[in-house]
Amino acid sequence: MTGASRVKFYQTGTFTVGNRLLDVSVRSVQSDADRNNSLNSGHRACQGCGEALGARYALDAAMRAVNGRLVVANATGCLEVFSTPYPESSWRVAWLHSLFANAAAVGTGMAAAMKVKGRKDVRVIAQGGDGGTVDIGFACLSGMFERDDDVLYICYDNEAYMNTGIQRSSATPAAARTMTTPAAGQEPGNVFGQGKNVPLIAMAHGIPYVATASVADLRDLEYKVGRAMAIHGARYLHVHVPCPLGWGCDTGDTLKVARLAAESGLFPIFEAEAGEVTGRRTIRRRVPVEDYLKMQSRFAHLFSPKRDERRIAMIQAIADRNIRRFGLLDKSEQGAHP
Amino acid sequence: MLKQCEGSIAIAEAVALCRPEVICAYPITPQTHIVEGLGLLVKSGKLSNCEYINVESEFAAMSVAIGASACGARAYTATASQGILYMAEAVYNASGLGLPIVMTVGNRSIGAPINIWNDHTDSMALRDAGWIQLFAENNQEATDLHIQAFKLAEELSVPVMVCVDGFILTHAYERVDVPEQSKVDAFLPPYEPRQVVDPDEPVTIGAMVGPEAFMEVRYLAHHKQMQALERIPQLAEEFRRVFGRASGGLLHTYHTEDAETVIVALGSVNGTIKDVIDQMRAEGVKIGSVSLCSFRPFPTAALHAAIGHAKRVVTIEKSLSVGIGGNVSHNLRMALQGRDTKVSTVIAGLGGRAITQTSLRKVFTRAIQDTLEPLSFMDLNTAVINRQLERERVTRRTGPAAEAILRDIGTMAARVS
Ligand SMILES: Cc1ncc(C[n+]2csc(CCOP(=O)(O)OP(=O)(O)O)c2C)c(N)n1
Ligand code: SF4
Ligand SMILES: [Mg+2]
Repeated sequence: MTGASRVKFYQTGTFTVGNRLLDVSVRSVQSDADRNNSLNSGHRACQGCGEALGARYALDAAMRAVNGRLVVANATGCLEVFSTPYPESSWRVAWLHSLFANAAAVGTGMAAAMKVKGRKDVRVIAQGGDGGTVDIGFACLSGMFERDDDVLYICYDNEAYMNTGIQRSSATPAAARTMTTPAAGQEPGNVFGQGKNVPLIAMAHGIPYVATASVADLRDLEYKVGRAMAIHGARYLHVHVPCPLGWGCDTGDTLKVARLAAESGLFPIFEAEAGEVTGRRTIRRRVPVEDYLKMQSRFAHLFSPKRDERRIAMIQAIADRNIRRFGLLDKSEQGAHP
Repeated sequence: MLKQCEGSIAIAEAVALCRPEVICAYPITPQTHIVEGLGLLVKSGKLSNCEYINVESEFAAMSVAIGASACGARAYTATASQGILYMAEAVYNASGLGLPIVMTVGNRSIGAPINIWNDHTDSMALRDAGWIQLFAENNQEATDLHIQAFKLAEELSVPVMVCVDGFILTHAYERVDVPEQSKVDAFLPPYEPRQVVDPDEPVTIGAMVGPEAFMEVRYLAHHKQMQALERIPQLAEEFRRVFGRASGGLLHTYHTEDAETVIVALGSVNGTIKDVIDQMRAEGVKIGSVSLCSFRPFPTAALHAAIGHAKRVVTIEKSLSVGIGGNVSHNLRMALQGRDTKVSTVIAGLGGRAITQTSLRKVFTRAIQDTLEPLSFMDLNTAVINRQLERERVTRRTGPAAEAILRDIGTMAARVS
């Protein structure tokens, strides 16, 4: 939290339904006093870390879904480093970290071991950051998908290599400043027209379940983890997790930034089964991408010293295309945005 | 059961007798027949209760083995050459985590220039990765070492590489006694892991370790290998009792007792070396040899006992530590501390070049005459090299060296014929 920001102990404008009003069976896992606390307090993530939040919700939901019968393979990255400074560990799940690029393959090995040992009840999650998933771990990920191994892979996408100090990955958005796409030169920040859409690539493998989620909607994240754990075979969940340090946003604004990414259309939230999109989270109150960009110093060069109208429009076009492509607009919202 | 079969098939059957629970397969010559053999055993139902996984790379092969082993399954894979380098990071990781994976390496050179034939460059590249490295002299030993390897690995929680000369052993048809299942079961107990990823006892494995403890963890890996120095000969003896034949151990000696000259080598070339020693012994030459079975841990004391009295030692090495020379001789000098034994390194057989009795005999004779250089290269065509060096001296754009040398040899050959 910077000196200028105000801490609020309540949220407004989130469309959040009071948990107490819901039927017990559909209440949030996090609201349950008996939740697992899979990623326990005391870890060393930065204040406001979206990845820590996402991992905690995801794993608690998974632990509930499989009755605690879970083993986890973790890739190298912030999540691994901040959670396990030897001899401390924040994990309250059976957890193994091997390497940066191999979490999916380690997950395959775990699933094979459980199968051969006749421990059908024990399920496997492999997880990592965007770099460990969409770049260096991509071959292992695709192999795990292609073989339809019984592993849920969760990617916590904070759109850069954060653990090594904010370098560009193939999940870094256009124009974003990272340490390897500096805000310098004629076209400051990350170039346009690069990167890949790994959820769509995952779908192209024809695996039973692919979904995107965001810490902006933690109930949806919990639901998708539960849904994924009810299915066998290779599954993929791509979670958008703002990183206040890397994105240059206020540590108190993690959820707000995540929400604007979804509500602008820049981060489409959907789910797909066997390669077909089966559900999408429609935009409730559409916002221009500018609202999202302006909150983050990684995009500051788009607004000063003078507005970069051309590139802001290019980013808006990306959001508009997502909205069209995934049918993200709620009927009542059509045309609400200029 | 005695049978005439390909080395790879004998190895596959030996591995199957060890009841592996997860096998990761990725093809690379000359390892392919091993994983194919295992694939057939699994698919035909002869090897049951085993997950055979066709992975997408060697890096994945070792990573899947890591995940399986960490969850308490007996895990196996095989590779060679480029494959072991491609998985290098995971090779270190497996030993760092203390996972008793067994891996066959069908020894092959490493490119560029790409070359599929035998030498030991691949295993040597990973000699410091914390794995035990056992080298087989023949296919019977290759078969037997796999059975010992699982037991050794699991007792110590250290992974083991069984190094088998590509083609020379993997593709050779020899008479091999493939043991009976009941004997293997008597020798090799089920895998009881020291640590396991298990929801019933959730632990964190693979945490970040800082300077305060890293040294100790690494030292422990060294200590385990020192324990292996004791266990390897004991296991060979236990093996002899159950199976009725000597296989494995730290090293094998051949006429070393009174030898003034001792030849030291790894793997199958020891067969040829022994033939030459037989000839020279018949002529009254006091020469013997040591076949190093265990390269990691390096059997310093056993080697000292075997060769400490010799006047000179010659290593025949199928790998080149570029910029210095021999890997084996480098290590071997530790066993000769305090002695003025003359050590000569002979680099031989790189990329599958044949190591002939004639060439060996020439080298041994020069050693005995004390005219063998500290470092030499067996059957090196120096004329070709000199011509290439001359081309490089006079021309900047000489193009790729390997192709230039091939062209040169081609023209020479054309001129000769
Ligand atoms: C083979 C290898 N290359 C590079 C690294 C260095 N490294 C460790 S963590 C990391 C960044 C991780 O980025 P990401 O996967 O996006 O996770 P984040 O830290 O952003 O959560 C890098 C580059 C490594 N550990 N291993
Ligand atoms: S750098 Fe970003 S991802 Fe890493 S701990 Fe801090 S906020 Fe979380
Ligand atoms: Mg990242």
